[in-house]
Amino acid sequence: MKNFLPLIILAVLALAPLLGLSSYLMHILIIFIMWSVIGMAWNLLGGYCGQVSFGHAAFFGVGAYTAGMLYHHFGASPWWGLPLSVLAVALVSLVIGFIVLRLRGPYFALATLSMGEVLRVASENLVGFTQGDLGILIQQRTWVDKMPYYYIILAIAAVTFFLVKKVIESKLGYYFVAIREDQDAAESLGINTTFYKTVALCLSAVLTGVAGAFYTNYMGYIDPKIAFALHDISIVTIMVVMVGGVATFWGPVVGAVIMVLLAEVVRSIPQLGAAHQTLFGVLLIVIIIFLPNGITGDFGKLKKLFKLGRASS
Amino acid sequence: MSLLEVNNVSMFFGGLAAINGVSFSVNKGEILGLIGPNGAGKTTLFNVANGFYQPSKGEVIFRGERISGLKPHQICRRGIARTFQVVKPLQRMTVLDNVIASAFLRAKSKAQAEAVAIETLKFTALYDDRMVISKGLPLGKRKRLEIARALATNPEMLLLDESFAGLNPSELNESIEIIKKIKEKGITIMIIEHHMKVIMSISDRIVVLNYGEKIAEGTPHEIGNNPLVIEAYLGEAQHA
Repeated sequence: MKNFLPLIILAVLALAPLLGLSSYLMHILIIFIMWSVIGMAWNLLGGYCGQVSFGHAAFFGVGAYTAGMLYHHFGASPWWGLPLSVLAVALVSLVIGFIVLRLRGPYFALATLSMGEVLRVASENLVGFTQGDLGILIQQRTWVDKMPYYYIILAIAAVTFFLVKKVIESKLGYYFVAIREDQDAAESLGINTTFYKTVALCLSAVLTGVAGAFYTNYMGYIDPKIAFALHDISIVTIMVVMVGGVATFWGPVVGAVIMVLLAEVVRSIPQLGAAHQTLFGVLLIVIIIFLPNGITGDFGKLKKLFKLGRASS
Repeated sequence: MSLLEVNNVSMFFGGLAAINGVSFSVNKGEILGLIGPNGAGKTTLFNVANGFYQPSKGEVIFRGERISGLKPHQICRRGIARTFQVVKPLQRMTVLDNVIASAFLRAKSKAQAEAVAIETLKFTALYDDRMVISKGLPLGKRKRLEIARALATNPEMLLLDESFAGLNPSELNESIEIIKKIKEKGITIMIIEHHMKVIMSISDRIVVLNYGEKIAEGTPHEIGNNPLVIEAYLGEAQHA
C-alpha cells in the first residue's frame, strides 16, 4: 500500500480537473504543485545534504528569465525555456556553487542569500538584457484554459518526485546525508564532499529553475522583484520544507498544501491580509519549537497530541 | 617492507611546532603503536597522514607514492582509513546506513554495499544493533562503529585514534579481539592509545612522541625499558 501511495496521489491529482473545478481552484492547485516542486528541489540540497540555502530565488529567477528572454529577444516560444533553463541554471549553479560551497553552515546560508540578491539587483540594472523593472510580458499566453498548465506542472512534479526518490535511495543519497551529518567524517570515508555538494546544488537548482520557467509561461509576466524575490521565493521555499518536514519525501508536498492554502485564506480576510507575512513568521517559530521535524517528520507526535485532546474533552 | 613512510614531517600552527621533524615507517602487516603524553602531536600526525593537514615540512609516502598534498577522500581511496578520537558517527543514520555509506567507496551497487556492510557489522559484533540510530548508541559501540565504518572502505591500512578510550573491561577485550582479527586479515594498523597494557600487548613496534618529537622507537619490551620514555611519562624525579 505504502509503495503505491505516490501513484495513488498522482492519479487523484490527474483526475481532479475532471470534476470541473473553477478557474480559481485550478490556479490554487497549479501554484500548490509548483511549490511542491520547488520544495522537493530545495529539500534535496537543504534537507538531505544539509546545505541550507537562503537563495533559491536565484535559480527560480534564472529559470524564469531564461524562458522570458528567449521570448523577448528571439521571439521563441517561452516553452523552450523549460529545457533550456536546465542548461542555464546548471551553469549558473556551478558558478555560484564554486563560490558558496567553500563555506559551511551559517556562512553558506548567508552567501546563498546574497547570491539571490546579487542576481535580483543585476537583473534590475541590466536593462538592455532583462528589461529591468519593466519586466517581461508574454504578449500572448499559449492557453486561456488552465487545464494544460495544470497537467504540465503535474508532470514536472511527478518527474521531480521520482527523481528525488531515486537519488535519495542511491549512493548519492547516502553520500548527501553523510555530508549533512559530518562533513569531516564523510571526507575521511572517501567521499569527495566538494563534488557531491556540487551535485546536490546543481540538481536542486535545475529543478527549481524548471519551476521558474514554468512560472513565466503560466503567469505571463515576470520582473526582478517577482522572480528573484527574497521573501516570496527564497524564504517561502524554506518555510514550505520546514513546515512540511525536512528530509522527508512528502514534507515539501504537505508543506506546499499548507502554505498555499494559508496564504490564500489569510489574504482573503480583510483585516489580516496585510499581516500574512507576520503570521508566516509566527507559524515558523511555532513549528521550529514544537515540530522541529515538520508535520511529516513529527506526525507521530501530532497524532498523540490529537488523541490526548480527544481523551480529555 | 614499509607500507607507510613518514619522512621528516613537521607541522606548525603559527609559531607552535605540533610535530617537529618526525620520521618513521610502518611495515606491511604490523601493528604500530603511537604513544606519548597529551599534546605530543599524535592526533596531528594522523591528521597529516590522512590528509586533513598538509605538513609544513616533509612528506608522507604510502606504497611508494607521495600522499601529502592529497585530500582525505583521495587518501582513503588509495587505502588508508581512519577513526576519530572524538567519535563522528553519522548521527541521524542507522548503524547499518553508516557502514553502507562508507562501503559505497568500492561497491558497484547498493546490494553489494549492503552485503559488505552486513559482513563488516558481523565482524565487529555490531550486527544486532544495525537498525539503531547511531546517535543513541553507547560510547563503546560508537567507537566500534568508527572501526566498522573504516573497515567497510576495504583499506590496506587503518589508523585508529584512541579506539579503546572510555571502554569498560569487557568492551576492551572485545575490541582487542577485533583488532587482532583485523591484523589477521592482513591489514596494517597504526594505533594511538593511552591504555599502556593494551598497547604493550598488541603492538609489534611502538613509536613514542613527546612535545612533537620522536623520542623512541622499538619493540614494546625496548620501549618499556627506555629511560627517555619513562622520563616523559613519569617525570625526571622517578629514578627507579
